[in-house]
Amino acid sequence: MYTPAIKSRFLVAALLGMTNLSSRAKPSLSSRAKPSLSSRAKPSLSSRAKRGICFYALLVTTACSNGAPGGPATRQGSTLASIRARGAVKCGITQGAGFATPDDSGHWRGFDVDFCRALAVALFNDPNKVQFVPFTQQQRFSGLQSGEVDLLANGTSITSSRALERNFHFGPVYLYDGQGFLTPKSSKVERAAQLNGATVCVQQGTTTELNLTDFARRNSISFKPVVMEDLRAAVGALAGGRCDAISQDGAGLATTRTMLRNPNDYVVLPDRISKEPIAPVVRFGDDQWLEIVNWVFRAPVQAEELGIDAKNIAGFSGTSDPTIRRFLGFEPGISNGFGLDAKWPYNVISTIGNYGEIFERNLGPSTPLGMDRGLNKLWTNGGLMYSPPFR
Amino acid sequence: MSRETRAAFSRATVAQAIGLGVSAAVVWWLARNTQMNLEQRGLSLGFDFLRQPANFDIGDTSGLPFNPADSFGRAILVGLANTARVSVIGCALSIVIGFILGLLRLSSNPAWRGIVRAGVELMRNTPLLLLLLFLAALLHNMPAPRNAFEPLPGVFLSDRGLVLPLFSRPRLVGFNFVGGVSLSPELAALVGALVMHHSAQVSEIVRGAILGVSRAQGDAALALGFTRLQAMRFVIVPQALRAMMPLLATTCVSLTKNSSLAVAIGFPDVVSILNTTANQTGHSIETMLIMIVVYLSLSLLTAAMINRYNTRLLAVGG
Repeated sequence: MYTPAIKSRFLVAALLGMTNLSSRAKPSLSSRAKPSLSSRAKPSLSSRAKRGICFYALLVTTACSNGAPGGPATRQGSTLASIRARGAVKCGITQGAGFATPDDSGHWRGFDVDFCRALAVALFNDPNKVQFVPFTQQQRFSGLQSGEVDLLANGTSITSSRALERNFHFGPVYLYDGQGFLTPKSSKVERAAQLNGATVCVQQGTTTELNLTDFARRNSISFKPVVMEDLRAAVGALAGGRCDAISQDGAGLATTRTMLRNPNDYVVLPDRISKEPIAPVVRFGDDQWLEIVNWVFRAPVQAEELGIDAKNIAGFSGTSDPTIRRFLGFEPGISNGFGLDAKWPYNVISTIGNYGEIFERNLGPSTPLGMDRGLNKLWTNGGLMYSPPFR
Repeated sequence: MSRETRAAFSRATVAQAIGLGVSAAVVWWLARNTQMNLEQRGLSLGFDFLRQPANFDIGDTSGLPFNPADSFGRAILVGLANTARVSVIGCALSIVIGFILGLLRLSSNPAWRGIVRAGVELMRNTPLLLLLLFLAALLHNMPAPRNAFEPLPGVFLSDRGLVLPLFSRPRLVGFNFVGGVSLSPELAALVGALVMHHSAQVSEIVRGAILGVSRAQGDAALALGFTRLQAMRFVIVPQALRAMMPLLATTCVSLTKNSSLAVAIGFPDVVSILNTTANQTGHSIETMLIMIVVYLSLSLLTAAMINRYNTRLLAVGG
C-alpha cells in the first residue's frame, strides 16, 4: 500500500526527534541525489522520502540539535573551522543543464559548480575538495538553515524578505537575470502582454509565482497558473499543450528549452518581468565566512577586468603592474586574510578561469544554452559585472 | 472491590501516570529545544503571516472567490476546499465503484470475474504516483482549446479540461474558454487515479466481507424462495456491511492523505498551497503544523462520520 507523503514526513521527523540526531550527524541524511539530466530546478520524483527529510530538516534540527557543539555553524568563524575540519566545502546546488550537472563520469560541471570549486581552490588549493548537495528550490533554505551546507550557489535571487525576515546573507551577484516566458512558436505570441488569459506553468518554491501575479496585476491581464513541484512535469505540460507558456528566470528558460524534444519550436520571449540578481547565500551570524565567499566570488570578475585568464596567467608572474601583483598575491599580506593562501586568487584563476571563461564554458553561445552575456558583461563593456578593488 | 482488585487498580493508575509524565517531558523537551534553536537563529514563531496578502494566484479554487490580494489564510482555505472536494468525490466514487467491482468478482459469470480480477490486480499493484502521472500526461495531450471536442453543444473537452455550459455559455476567447463551469485536467487526473487505486481496494474489502458471511445464510435465503439478487440485497449484504464499514473508513482516510500527491501534477491542494506559503513567508514550522492539524482533523472527521454510521448499523442489526 502506498505510504502517504505526509505520514512518512511526520514519522521521519518523529523518529529523528526521538534519537536526538545532532545536525552534525545530518549530512548522512542528505541524499546526494542521483544524477539526472534535467533542468535547473528539480527533484527526482523517485526520492519523495528524501525530499520529506530535507524539507523538514529545519524542524528536526531545531527540535533536536540542542544548540550544543555540533549544532549548525552560525557563530563567528565557526563555518570556516568546520570546513577545515571536514576537509571540504559543502555547496548547495540545484541540478540543471549549464549550472550544475554531473557528466558521464559523475563529475559535477556547470556555472554554479565552478564558483563552488573556486571556493575549494581558495581554501584547499584543490577544486575537488567540495561536496555538492542537490536541493530543490523548495528545500534549499531549510537545508542551509539546518547546517547541511555552508552556502547555496543555486540560482537564488536576492530579495529583501529573504535578507530581513529570514536572516540570510547574500554574497556578490554573480549572474544578473530576470523572469521571462517560454512559448511555442505556433502560438505566434511576441510579447508577454499578449498572453492575457493564458495558462502558465510555473515551478513551486520560487519567487516566480509572485512575479507572475504582480506582472498580471500591473498590466490588468490575467493568467491561469498551474503550479508544478517538478519542472519536468511543467515541461511535459507545455509539450502536451496543457500550458501556453512556462515562466521562470531567463537562464532557467534557456535550460528548460533544451529539455523539450524540439527546442527550435519554442521561443523565449524578450520581456523580462522581474529583476533576479543571483547571488550565493550564507547563514546569518558568521561575517568571516561571508567575506571569504564575497571575495572568492569577485576574483573571477576582477581577473577578467585585468585581462587575466587561465591560459595567460602564468605569463603574469614577472609583471611589474602593482595592481596585478597585489591581486595575484605576489606581494604578501594583501589577499591572505582569514588564513587563506596569499596566492589564492592566482590559484582560483589558473584552475577555474575568469568570469568570462566560466560564462562561455557553461552558458555562452557555444553551449546548448546559447545565452548572451547581456547584463553580465563587464561594467567596462556596458554590463553590470563590477568587482570592488583588490587592494 | 476486593483488596487484589484495588491493588491492581492502583498499580495501573501509577503506571499510567508515569507514562503520561514521560510523554509530557518529551514534548516539553522538544518544544523547549525548538524554541531555543529558533531564538539562536533569530527566528520567531507566529501565525501573523496568515493575514498578509498572498500575492500569488490559484488556478483552481473550487468556486471560492480568490484574488492575489487576499490573505495567505484565505489561500490556505481555498487549498483546503480543493483537498476536501477531491476527498469527498474520490471517497464516494471509490466506494460505489468498488462495491460494484466487488460484487462482480463474486459473479457466477467467469468472464466478468476474470476481467474484474485482472483490473483490480493491475490497480492494486501499480504505484499510485505512477498512475497519477500517467493520467496527467494522457489528459495533457488532449486537443488544444481551438480544436476542442464538442460532444454536446456548449460542452467542450480539451487539454484545458471539461467545460460545461452551466450558469453561462462558454466560448473561446484567446487562449481559453470564458464562462461556464470548467473541471481542470489536474482535478480529473487526481480524482481518476485516486478512485482507480482505492476502488480496487474497496472491491477486495467488499469481496472479503461478503465471503465472510456464513454460507448457510445464502442457502437459507435461496431455500425460502429469494432470487440470488434478492438474497444478496436483503440477507447477505446487510450482514457484510458491518464487517466492511471500519475498513471503508480506513480507505477513505488513506485516500484523503494520498490526495497530497496532487503537488506532483500541479493541482492546488492544501499541501501545494502550504508549500508555496512556506516558501514565500519562511514560516516552515508553522505551515507544517497547519498541515498536521489539517490532515489529522480530516482523517478524524472522516473516521468519525463512518463510525457513526457503523454504530447505527450495529444498533439496527441483531
